[in-house]
Amino acid sequence: MKNAIIKLLLILLTLGVIAWANQTLDSYTLSILNNIGIFAILALSYNLINGVTGQFSLEPNGFVAIGAYMTALFLIPAADKIDMFALVDPAPVVLQMKANFLPAVLAGGIAATLVALLLSFPVFRVRGDYLAIVTLGFGFIIRIFALNEPAYTNGAMGLNDIPGIANFMWIGSFALVTLIVMLHIVYSKFGRAMKAVRDDEDAATAMGINTFRIKTTAFMTSAFFEGIGGGLLASFLTTITPDQFSFLLTFQLLIIIVLGGLGSMTGSLVATILVMGSMEWLRFLDDDMVIFGMHTGAHPGMRMVVFAILLIVMMLFARRGLFGDRELPEIFRKKFGKRMRHE
Amino acid sequence: MDFATFLQQLVNGASLGSMYALIAIGYTMVYGVLRLINFAHGDIMMVGAFLTYMATAAGLPFSLAVLIGILGSVIVGVLTDKIAYKPLRNAPKISLLITAIGISFFLENLFNVIFGGVPKAFSAPDYLTKVLHLGEIYLPVTVIIIPVVTVLILGGVLWVLYRTKYGMAIRALAFDIPTVKLMGVDADRIISIVFALGSALAAVGGVFYAVSYPSIDPLMGVIVGLKAFAAAVLGGIGSVTGAVIGGFILGFTEIFVVALFPELGGYKDAFAFFFLILVLLFRPTGIMGEDLERSRF
Amino acid sequence: MSEALLEVRNVTMKFGGVTAIDDLSFKVPGGSTYGLIGPNGAGKTTIFNIITGNYFPTEGSILFDGEDITGTKPDKVVAKGIARTFQNIRLFKSMSVLQNVLIGFHDQIPYTYFEAILRLPRYHAHEKRVRVEAMGILEEFGIARYAEEDATSLSYGNQRKVEIARALATKPKLLLLDEPAAGMNPKETEELSEIIHKIKKDYDLTILLIEHDMKFVNAMCDQVTVLDYGEKIFEGKPADAIVDPKVVAAYLGDFTHA
Repeated sequence: MKNAIIKLLLILLTLGVIAWANQTLDSYTLSILNNIGIFAILALSYNLINGVTGQFSLEPNGFVAIGAYMTALFLIPAADKIDMFALVDPAPVVLQMKANFLPAVLAGGIAATLVALLLSFPVFRVRGDYLAIVTLGFGFIIRIFALNEPAYTNGAMGLNDIPGIANFMWIGSFALVTLIVMLHIVYSKFGRAMKAVRDDEDAATAMGINTFRIKTTAFMTSAFFEGIGGGLLASFLTTITPDQFSFLLTFQLLIIIVLGGLGSMTGSLVATILVMGSMEWLRFLDDDMVIFGMHTGAHPGMRMVVFAILLIVMMLFARRGLFGDRELPEIFRKKFGKRMRHE
Repeated sequence: MDFATFLQQLVNGASLGSMYALIAIGYTMVYGVLRLINFAHGDIMMVGAFLTYMATAAGLPFSLAVLIGILGSVIVGVLTDKIAYKPLRNAPKISLLITAIGISFFLENLFNVIFGGVPKAFSAPDYLTKVLHLGEIYLPVTVIIIPVVTVLILGGVLWVLYRTKYGMAIRALAFDIPTVKLMGVDADRIISIVFALGSALAAVGGVFYAVSYPSIDPLMGVIVGLKAFAAAVLGGIGSVTGAVIGGFILGFTEIFVVALFPELGGYKDAFAFFFLILVLLFRPTGIMGEDLERSRF
Repeated sequence: MSEALLEVRNVTMKFGGVTAIDDLSFKVPGGSTYGLIGPNGAGKTTIFNIITGNYFPTEGSILFDGEDITGTKPDKVVAKGIARTFQNIRLFKSMSVLQNVLIGFHDQIPYTYFEAILRLPRYHAHEKRVRVEAMGILEEFGIARYAEEDATSLSYGNQRKVEIARALATKPKLLLLDEPAAGMNPKETEELSEIIHKIKKDYDLTILLIEHDMKFVNAMCDQVTVLDYGEKIFEGKPADAIVDPKVVAAYLGDFTHA
């Protein structure tokens, strides 16, 4: 009972801070916070399948793209679509799609969830690491689809003038909801079963766990929130093109969940802030630098080389990341709980 | 489709299939011994193409340049294993996969930083860019040379695998690493040989790609790598013969489907993916493959 | 009592060209402790894997409680009331002792995914209930004080106990123990047999165990089947097995090979 009240107060307090920030902060700070909020949603959900369930997947860019396009098509008014679609006329169903912000975002999540369900059958029925390669391929297929079906996606030109409804109030609240949902899953029989599958799949089966169902559940949940993140992203950026949803997006998220600790939701949250911050800070690596009087020239991509090395070094020497597979409160309890017991 | 076009497409398919087959062998062999999807393998092919490009740009004769490309790829492939995979042999599988993705992303971006993202025109010597006219058929010499060279190389690989002690060690390793170690085989050395062999074949595939298209860019290995992996699964992951069959099936499919249904041209790169899904759904062991469901007790 | 809870009927298992089990039949009476013994590579663990649904036998069938369960998926076999332990202990290494046991309760917790996410009353009620039950099992094994420790940080003997406790949590009628005494010192072995006797009574179990240690088998089992190269060479009381010439020959063969 006491815990429930503390939890409720914490949630209300966080919502209050989000509302305050949304009202008072300048637009530059808010755009950084929005970015962090969206990446937090994506990282938390990515961690559920990769970290908690231990199924290596490379899907976020694909599901984010589905969510983004879905939400955008629901939000853009029909008249604007007719103006915007330059290559071919929009498909009739595209013109009929119309919804308010919340249902539009949820539709993005649901679409991604359904695709995840379809992908589950080929991937989880066999043992092995097919999830990774199928989801990697899926990211490319989505892009091929977006380029080849201009009646639905406006092809390479993408969609613009998406109503910019996603402010920090929306994005921050969705991030908070995602965190709560993920923690509730982790601390339930489902979260335990996911970890069991990660630790030892045969032993999990021997405990009566239907591993196919648990993996599919985790995968669909990840997809749902990635779709939602995509919807928020579309409305936040107001413009989307197929090239935005490249593997780079997935790679950034992979860095985040590895740094935070695979399996630790609170770790992902902290790592999102660290990585998004350092992405900004390391921007100078891509620019022209003067070293000992020599110009290095602009090197777009240098940051990614650094981040790739960082990822490899982390896997080799600090595989557990910041928090391992524990949540922040558990770490506190372990550190201070023992001392209290001794006293 | 008249007979001439059919023949034309047939050689095109064989040429494309050869490339997939060469790269698929590397995937299937590494998977066979380490149960690892080596995400960096497609990028090794890119490295091979770029090193060859650099060597020709430096004025070296083409054959020497190709040799440099192959050697460079072998070094990169073997070093990748030594630096990034070997320390993680006993780590959870996911660590190895993440590292593999890291290597892949590292190579792509490193070459992007060095060469820029704009595709580079690849200049092959004249004897490779000639086009033969046989009646109504126009045949670039490459589409004949590529399958022939590929078949010769495959013969060589199969000979190594089935007729030499290294080949036997590789095949034994694919069954059971600990036992092979107990029998006094230096498993790490055999694994290095696997990476060297796979990388060399990928480099050859990369050169073929560069000569056929003829342009190269740092991300060229991504899609081709993905397709080659799908080909390996189609043929039965772990099986070298299967990888070759899978590669050719994929090559022929891409060429013929587009020839028969031009409106599907935009989806050409997606065929491999649908093959992958269909195989996983209906015959996860692939055409020649081992039993993936085999329990590990 | 004499009714067979488990019946292995004419089971043959071939891997490629190798016959691991050859036309094997035996019946495990309800309420008994039944031993499956034999030298290394005799096919004992293979039989376990067939019973638990990990392998599909080439020929023959498995009957449990009068029902043909051949080819039932491993997780469904657990739901029918068969639980197992592994030869090399396989605890969930990222989890505490208590969480390991809680995994065993997975199927007995009825709340849905959405009830868990929304933290509805059923979530709280059942989480509370299974925790109490799990602690009860741990107390029975005398390891309740380690409940919050990492499972793999425990001593070997205690890890064995956690594994059996975890299997018990699935509420089995039949418990399969794969070499429970392996790697234990005599004192631990004795303690283990006491615990097995106790839980067998308290939980109304039938036990099928694989074991090398003949002394342990003698003390535990009502009846044994001896396997050699996948074939049954003896069935009967453990005391008679030790003096059976075929069994002795098989074991001697094993020793000389080793």
